[in-house]
Amino acid sequence: MSATSDGLGVSCRDVRKHFGSGEARVEALRGVDFETRFGELSFLVGPSGCGKTTLISIIAGLLDRTGGELSVLGTNVDALSAHERVLFRRRNLGFIFQQFNLLPALTAAENVAVPLIAAGMSRRHAVDRANALLSRLGLGSRLTALPLTLSGGQQQRVAIARALVHEPRLVVCDEPTASLDHASGEAVMDLLAANAVRPGRTVIVVTHDSRVFHYAHSIAHMDDGRIVDVTRPDRRREPPRPAERPSAFEESYA
Amino acid sequence: MNFVALRMLTGDRAKYFGLVFAIAFCTFLLENQTTIFANIMKRTASQILDVTDAEVWVMDPQTEYWEQTKPLKDTDLTRVRGVPGVRWAVRLFKGNPVARTLDGKFAVSFLIGIDDATLAGAPRKMLLGSWDRLREPDSVIIDQAGYILLFPGEPLALDRTLEMNDHRVTIVGISDVPAPFASLPVMHTRYSEAINFLGRERTQLSFIIARPDAEVSPAALTTRIHERTGLRARTTEEFMWDCIRYYLQHTGIPVNFGITIAVALIVGAVVAGQTFYLFTIENLKQFGALKAIGVTNVRLIAMILLQAFTAGTLGFSLGTGMAATFFEIFLHKLATRGIVLMWQCVALTGACIFFVVIVASVLSIRRVLVLEPAAVFRG
Repeated sequence: MSATSDGLGVSCRDVRKHFGSGEARVEALRGVDFETRFGELSFLVGPSGCGKTTLISIIAGLLDRTGGELSVLGTNVDALSAHERVLFRRRNLGFIFQQFNLLPALTAAENVAVPLIAAGMSRRHAVDRANALLSRLGLGSRLTALPLTLSGGQQQRVAIARALVHEPRLVVCDEPTASLDHASGEAVMDLLAANAVRPGRTVIVVTHDSRVFHYAHSIAHMDDGRIVDVTRPDRRREPPRPAERPSAFEESYA
Repeated sequence: MNFVALRMLTGDRAKYFGLVFAIAFCTFLLENQTTIFANIMKRTASQILDVTDAEVWVMDPQTEYWEQTKPLKDTDLTRVRGVPGVRWAVRLFKGNPVARTLDGKFAVSFLIGIDDATLAGAPRKMLLGSWDRLREPDSVIIDQAGYILLFPGEPLALDRTLEMNDHRVTIVGISDVPAPFASLPVMHTRYSEAINFLGRERTQLSFIIARPDAEVSPAALTTRIHERTGLRARTTEEFMWDCIRYYLQHTGIPVNFGITIAVALIVGAVVAGQTFYLFTIENLKQFGALKAIGVTNVRLIAMILLQAFTAGTLGFSLGTGMAATFFEIFLHKLATRGIVLMWQCVALTGACIFFVVIVASVLSIRRVLVLEPAAVFRG
């Protein structure tokens, strides 16, 4: 699968999604236009319940949309069968969750190896590759540690390694810094920016955390199921210091 | 992904051991109750199975089981011997005289009178003495449990004296026969002595035991004997099942044990099934993450079945080990002697356990299959 000719990693046009029916019907997405470019880190921000998670779930192929058009990595996901979607997701997508969602019974390296093993690689080779990646991410001394013995920042680094180990072209991150202190959050975003943002790859980050907005190439602001604004911040600006008073913008999303 | 499934299973030790022990105790309960029931039923035919010399039993047409005998005429023995295919046929007496010790202790006994000439039907497992000594006058062989009942706390010894129907009887051997259904002493003596020990009736012949010629099967011989004499003839196995069937149909034992077994099955199934189901439900988030990562439903089903099969096999093996240990410990106790873990009970329990585990797996699989992978984003 090659990059799209227009450089778009993900393209949503008038994407709609509702849950329930009748009086219980909830409009989660009310016609979302959203796009990400290869080689960029795109942020999706907005208050709780505005539809961010629903949108990334649809983009990741975890949820069916009600209407609109969607192209992911140049592929019309509607044309794929359910099984093909699973394989597409396995090959091309990486996930980073707010709660890490590591398997507690597996070591750090084994957790990272899971996507490779799921794709058919032998356990030994997969763990070797996971070891190499974790060492690169600074966890070389914790390869055999169980997730519960790791700090939050270390767990999130393991989760990043798991999301990247099979070299996906789209990485979807849901609040990757929400469970971390400021320093750990910065470290996680540094790792993400350094390892996930490459030519031919795109990263979508859903976040409330305005302290990491400076990592974004573009920020799509969502509200009430719509994208209300897209900004492209000046990435040369110094990141805000932790002690700095939160901005009005941050307060509105906190 | 098999190692992932197994590590998920064993990762939380408390849940893992809880699941395995729930299945183990269910297995133990089922094997324990079914085995005790089956062995008690088998005891109803102990004295039949103990006569290893004979393959065919001949009795009055109305006789249904071992305890119920209507004496045959002495001439019936000659008629049976005259049936083609009978290699030999001899008399067997069964009665229930009262045996009394010199101290005055007494017990109703099973007295088996075997053929004077051949001693066919004599107990072959002897703890003390020899069955050959039955040729001595007024001699009996008593089983160990009977001896302990009549001479409690005393060491096993030969040549002790009993009184039966005003006859002085000498113990010439102590046997190790299978326990009878009723816990009565089992005594063997010669036929001519037995009828004296019980008191005379007009006819005495309880059974005729026979063995067919080499070219004739026991089943064919039973048919022939019945056709020629009008008497009821059964192979040893048929007669054993007649006894078991009689007790099943005419006593409350199967109902009582059936209730216990059903309770064990229900409680065990609910505990083991629910534990496994809850185990999967508690791991739903992990399954959701695997789904999101791109693990197919087929692979997830295989993982759950592997977990179920592993937990089921371990629990079943552990439970069977516990049951085997239990019966090994109690095998040599007087009241439970001869009760052994039967392979049929193990197989039946295994089938029940795996049925329960499969049902729990199917319910668990259903929950995983309907799980929306997007749920992993909801924290």
